[in-house]
Amino acid sequence: MQNTNSQIASLSPLHHQNFLRRNRLKIAPWLFLAPAMVMFTIYVIAPIFQSIWISFFEWDGLGAKTWVGNQNYVELMDDDRFYTSLYNNVIWLVLYMLAVPAGLFIALFLNQNVWGIRLYKSLFFFPFVISQVVVGLVFSWFYDPSNGIIALIFNIWGGNPPAILADERYVTYGIIAAGLWPQIAYCMILYLTGLNNVSPDQIEAGRLDGARGLKMLWYVILPQLRPATFIAIVVTVIGALRSFDLISIMTQGGPYGSSNVLAYYMFETALSEYGYRMGYGASIAVVLFLIMMVYICFFLWRMYVQEKEGH
Amino acid sequence: MNNILKKATLAAAALALGVTSALAGEIVINYDGSDPAPKKAFEMVIKKFEAAHPGITVKWNLFDHEGYKTSIRNFLTADAPDIAAWYAGNRMAPFVKAGLFEPVDDVWADNGLNDALASTAPSMTIDGKKWGVPYTYYQWGIYYRKDLFAANDIAVPKNWKDFLAACAKLKSAGITPITIGTKYLWTAAGVFDYLNLRTNGYQVHNDLTSGKIKYTDPRIQTVFDRWEELVRPGYFIDNHAALSWQEALAPMVQGKAAMYVMGNFAVAPLREAGLSDDQLDFMQFPQITAGIPMAEEAPTDTFHIPTKAKNKADARKFLAFLAAADTQTEVNKILGQLPTNKNAQVADDKFIKAGFEMLSNAAGLAQFYDRDAPAAMAKAGMEGFQEFMIKPDRRDAILKRLDKVQAKVYK
Amino acid sequence: MFPHPIEKSSTATQITYKVLLPVALFVWLLPLIAVMVTSIRSAGDINAGNFWGWPREFNLIENYTAVFNNSPMGTFILNSVKVTIPTIILTLALSCMAGYALAIYRFRLNMTLFFIFIAGNFVPFQILMVPVRELSVNTGLYDTVTGLVLFHAAFQAGFCTLFMRNFIRALPFELIESARIEGVGEFRIFWNLVLPLVRPAIAALAVLEFTFIWNDYFWATVLVNGQHAMPITAGLKSLNGQWIAQWQLISAGSIMAALPPVAMFFLMQKHFIAGLTLGSTKG
Repeated sequence: MQNTNSQIASLSPLHHQNFLRRNRLKIAPWLFLAPAMVMFTIYVIAPIFQSIWISFFEWDGLGAKTWVGNQNYVELMDDDRFYTSLYNNVIWLVLYMLAVPAGLFIALFLNQNVWGIRLYKSLFFFPFVISQVVVGLVFSWFYDPSNGIIALIFNIWGGNPPAILADERYVTYGIIAAGLWPQIAYCMILYLTGLNNVSPDQIEAGRLDGARGLKMLWYVILPQLRPATFIAIVVTVIGALRSFDLISIMTQGGPYGSSNVLAYYMFETALSEYGYRMGYGASIAVVLFLIMMVYICFFLWRMYVQEKEGH
Repeated sequence: MNNILKKATLAAAALALGVTSALAGEIVINYDGSDPAPKKAFEMVIKKFEAAHPGITVKWNLFDHEGYKTSIRNFLTADAPDIAAWYAGNRMAPFVKAGLFEPVDDVWADNGLNDALASTAPSMTIDGKKWGVPYTYYQWGIYYRKDLFAANDIAVPKNWKDFLAACAKLKSAGITPITIGTKYLWTAAGVFDYLNLRTNGYQVHNDLTSGKIKYTDPRIQTVFDRWEELVRPGYFIDNHAALSWQEALAPMVQGKAAMYVMGNFAVAPLREAGLSDDQLDFMQFPQITAGIPMAEEAPTDTFHIPTKAKNKADARKFLAFLAAADTQTEVNKILGQLPTNKNAQVADDKFIKAGFEMLSNAAGLAQFYDRDAPAAMAKAGMEGFQEFMIKPDRRDAILKRLDKVQAKVYK
Repeated sequence: MFPHPIEKSSTATQITYKVLLPVALFVWLLPLIAVMVTSIRSAGDINAGNFWGWPREFNLIENYTAVFNNSPMGTFILNSVKVTIPTIILTLALSCMAGYALAIYRFRLNMTLFFIFIAGNFVPFQILMVPVRELSVNTGLYDTVTGLVLFHAAFQAGFCTLFMRNFIRALPFELIESARIEGVGEFRIFWNLVLPLVRPAIAALAVLEFTFIWNDYFWATVLVNGQHAMPITAGLKSLNGQWIAQWQLISAGSIMAALPPVAMFFLMQKHFIAGLTLGSTKG
């Protein structure tokens, strides 16, 4: 008995090692991947499915969950606030796109070789590094109808300053303008890097063909900036759909919900003072997720094509 | 298996907590009075409490007033303090129903509070039990610039007709009749409540907030008729949706606005900003429908022990301390509000005295729209009020929307 | 404004350009400049509505000490540091390994896993909010710095893995093959050969992640509510609710919140931009 045991004991490490050795190229990647996969599953992958699951319940986050089937979605279809938010999301998406050409414009403007230009470039990039909380606070104050800079300008011209953040006609645009500030800086830096890699030969060739000004930009420069444009569009779309911080800081969706977007409305229904409808909130999140999925799939498809081409 | 494990962990945790609380003698309090006066009042309370109970130290977390209303749901479920500030009435119902507040009938019984706090006892009672201790309440009404009234030869209006005339006179003198800051919505509910209480009375207020009356009901429509008489001629300050209630005080201080429908907590910052008692005064919201008994808004602020509190024994001592007549006298002197303990003394201050007088004769005391109505209804309702004050033309659409929300909330 | 070099233009154009640059910068950074000036104004200026004129007094020291003395700003900043630094270390550890695995080994699910990491990086936070909060509450991680660190590290692992994988993939594969032929173990290849080579990528990610995590506001709101664990973003928001119309304090607080990422960016600019512009030059 003892004999066999010790025999096995002496055998197994060798056996074990052999197995590992033979399959090390198969096992190693999983060992390397395991920690990240576990964490990512717990905090990202699983919660997506849990949220979808929760969206079929009525749940106040305190007591027991009650199955309500598709009731939350039915209610969503009849919810004015939801449509306001959705509509605002569309405005965000469209107007946020201005960051791409604006970023390109500033990048072209700064793409020169004069003394101190590197410092200028970094200073122009500043807004992106700053927290959106700070951006939101600063712009709220700018828009303040009694002390803000907008009020100052109107007062100089003798006009009556509008309360941008309290007027349903302007509020969303006011917040988007605040959001564009850092986003333009982001797009600018993407383009500046892209411009570094534009081949001087092709510009020269274009010039010989008589391309100048806008023609040069459109036919020679922009095609070479396509990777930068692609990334700029992707980050801008994601940024537009994720717009939460500014709304939370500047208006909390007000006045009367007119500046709400899905990202904030979801938070408001699920976790705010008057909310705590977890199931309903989850159903809003699912809608937002589906919209985002369109872009994610587009991005993945493009990466997939690239990977195929690359190898 | 899982279940047993869970129970074992819970038992262990309970044991650990029991041990720490016995040793520590520390209570943690979450409090939302971040404005100067409440902060000062509370610092005083803690100092006195620690002096009276040498073994106990108090740790307090100060929250900003608006943010607190969101935070409380989080910390009650996840990371409970030993004492939490909150409000009486329906506003505490969700926490009571979810078992997040501890009943404290023993504190009431042991300290003779059933008698001393008799007037506020009903608003602290749900399912026959007391769920916290009230420490202050305050009147609502109209704070106004006496000097501006005098300069324009306006007497204190006693009824709606006089009130409208006063507004018209102020407006034509280039003074905004009423200032208000509706950014955080609830101030608009104060106006609505008073219009409703004066037009229809206390019962209709309660029926509306408990979902028995629709928003399109003719009686509520009348309330909005009255409100339109203020909104249409522009008697409220411009851009009120851009202002918090504190920011809306400025026009009144500067003499650009004459009245503010507010709670008595507005007096401290107004005085701080330089208004003397010769300039500032208080009036009861005027009568609208003759013969309707005058009920008032008098929200009660309270303290509670969360079910998940760690040091409930010392927390009870703190509640008892807060309920005591002496403490309430001093706290409310600093707050500029009224003590709930009937043996406490009302401060010698014209606003507090006026409030005390008015509330003693009130036909009923309402907590406040957003404390009497369930949260989801209150949110939609107050957004509707704010929208109406900016876009009175949308009245029908707003009221229909509120009916829709009502049907869902009270099902 | 074109790749046409300005030094070849007329003198007039050159001068115009050189004048325009600082003017444009001033307008562009006006919000920041205004905040800086406001942060040293006195309460008297603020109350008198003097927001845009020359300050009557310079209260630099008074205002900034007031912020520290009258609010838990110090705690907030410390919390932000306690969240940001461990997150960076943890997420880099996770993603170096995962990126290495996805870049070097060929196996069936490689592409699928890679895509899951990328997709996860883009999902809206709201779809994670309720379950992650529940998880944190149930594990006692709610309202703790650790809870924030674990979530951020896991979520950021998506982006970092994408980055590391592409970076490692661009390394010459022969290096690894020859090491294998010499019989070097897989982990030693990773540790002794690959890690030293990916240092630039680690630096780039560290700087970038510092900004992302430091500036996070959403999760700071969802997973924390007490001051003891609150990072500066959420802290600033709550102070804004207390400092009604005291813009000099709000501005000083804002500057304090903005300073660390700005300093980080300035010190590590090259790495920062390298991290940010991944993919915008090729592919």
